[in-house]
Amino acid sequence: MVVMTDVYKAYENGIRAINGVSMTINDGEFVFLVGPSGSGKSTVIKLLTGEVAPTSGELIVNDFDLNQIKPKTMPYMRRTLGVIFQDFRLVEKKTVYENVAFAMRVVGASNREIRKRVPYVLELVGLSNKQKMLPNELSGGEQQRVAIARALVNNPKMIIADEPTGNLDPSRSLEIMLLLEKINELGTTVLTVTHERELVNRFYKRVIAIDNGRIISDGMDGYYNYESEAEQGTEAEENECEAETQPE
Amino acid sequence: MKQKRSRNKIGYFIKEGASSIFSHGFMSVSAICVIIACLIIMGSFALVSVNIGAQIAKIESDNQMIAYVDDVLSRESAIALEDDLLKVENVASVQFVTREQAMDEFLDEQEDPSLFDGVEASVLEDRYIVYVDDVEQIEATKVALEQVEGISDIRLQLDVANGIITARNVVMIISIVLIIVLSIVSVFIMSNTIKLTTFERREEIAVMKMVGATDSFIRWPFVYEGLIMGLFGGLLAFLLQWGIYTLMSDLIGAYSIATLIDIIPFRNMIQYVLPVFLGAGFLVGIGGSLSAIKNYLKV
Repeated sequence: MVVMTDVYKAYENGIRAINGVSMTINDGEFVFLVGPSGSGKSTVIKLLTGEVAPTSGELIVNDFDLNQIKPKTMPYMRRTLGVIFQDFRLVEKKTVYENVAFAMRVVGASNREIRKRVPYVLELVGLSNKQKMLPNELSGGEQQRVAIARALVNNPKMIIADEPTGNLDPSRSLEIMLLLEKINELGTTVLTVTHERELVNRFYKRVIAIDNGRIISDGMDGYYNYESEAEQGTEAEENECEAETQPE
Repeated sequence: MKQKRSRNKIGYFIKEGASSIFSHGFMSVSAICVIIACLIIMGSFALVSVNIGAQIAKIESDNQMIAYVDDVLSRESAIALEDDLLKVENVASVQFVTREQAMDEFLDEQEDPSLFDGVEASVLEDRYIVYVDDVEQIEATKVALEQVEGISDIRLQLDVANGIITARNVVMIISIVLIIVLSIVSVFIMSNTIKLTTFERREEIAVMKMVGATDSFIRWPFVYEGLIMGLFGGLLAFLLQWGIYTLMSDLIGAYSIATLIDIIPFRNMIQYVLPVFLGAGFLVGIGGSLSAIKNYLKV
């Protein structure tokens, strides 16, 4: 469960990435977080995973208060999350099996637990027959499945997928989304960051749209509002930039 | 269960540490070579210093002065001097030698004793052979002995003792300076090698952090990497040092003039040299790896 109350985040270089975001994501939900580049989506993810700390506001992730959390406790917070990235972030020299087992090993699982759990998770993502292959021998969609298996293997409360289909063709993207939906149906909360409109609209899930570091819509109606408001906002910004750079 | 898990983990750390040594072999080999070179240089000086120390101890053990007893004293008075001599500081023991015994010894040493047929023992004096505890104090002891009433003269050969003491002190100072400088160099090289590993594995480290690995868990493989390299370097350096030492002592032994010098056999020193080399490798390995990853974990 995520509770964000009036969260602000300004970076040291002065960029104010998040300007007063409040939202609650309950256990078991499937949520899309949408918005254009530079809207603050990535900062939301970084706040949730503890990579950056909020400048102000309350932030609670799976019962860990990230305003008060000690560096020593941070790894235990992260164990309640499974994170998936656009660029997969697999360890290239490890096999599919080892990549997934690695995530269990680093949290101190025994060999016996690893031997039991890894094949189960690989079967869940449909990669049972590719356990011994290296990441670069797999297609993009398959690599992302490995990343999903790795995120799932420690049985997290919540999966955070940051543009999980950004590097995939439409049919592979749909497969990945269906897989995430299946995982959600098995009880794991899923937060997916994306800007693929068609995919989002296809699933009829809760959509939180963010722009300029603020939530501009939150509801079950797909890309409603986001498309018009966000793109207008971006155009306006571009015009401003052009105006500034024009010679006198 | 817990024990099994920790065994499990240690196995994993060692495996990871070892595999990373091989994954950038050239840097690892050069780090190990630097450790070996540093240890052999330090070891050689230390061993030379130990040998000189032993030589000094040997000289000390047969370092003797001869204290001549004044002719005017009777034999009884001369024997009674023993207590006075033993009271002098740094005197370990004394041995009374009559002029007749001294004459016999003198004649024994001559190739043709018949040349001295007419010479009476009375030309010689009764004497004491005085052994000292500390050869470095021998001059002060000599002065003190001269003050003893009934002693006419002291004979002492100081040059050899002084030369050896100077040599030992010089070697000792060089050893200490080298140990300090080379330790820093070894730790620095080791640290750089492991920094390279942390750089190569930065994505892996990021994944580890992301899935909730603790800092100590991330640190251990690098510590083991340093440890394995350090201990391996220490062991190789020990074996090489053994070879070099044996070769050098054989060479020195081959010169007849050097028979005066007793070189301590290497096998008598293994019990000290091996732990010191392994210990130094251990410290360099741990020190290098900890300094390499110290900054990396703050990210």
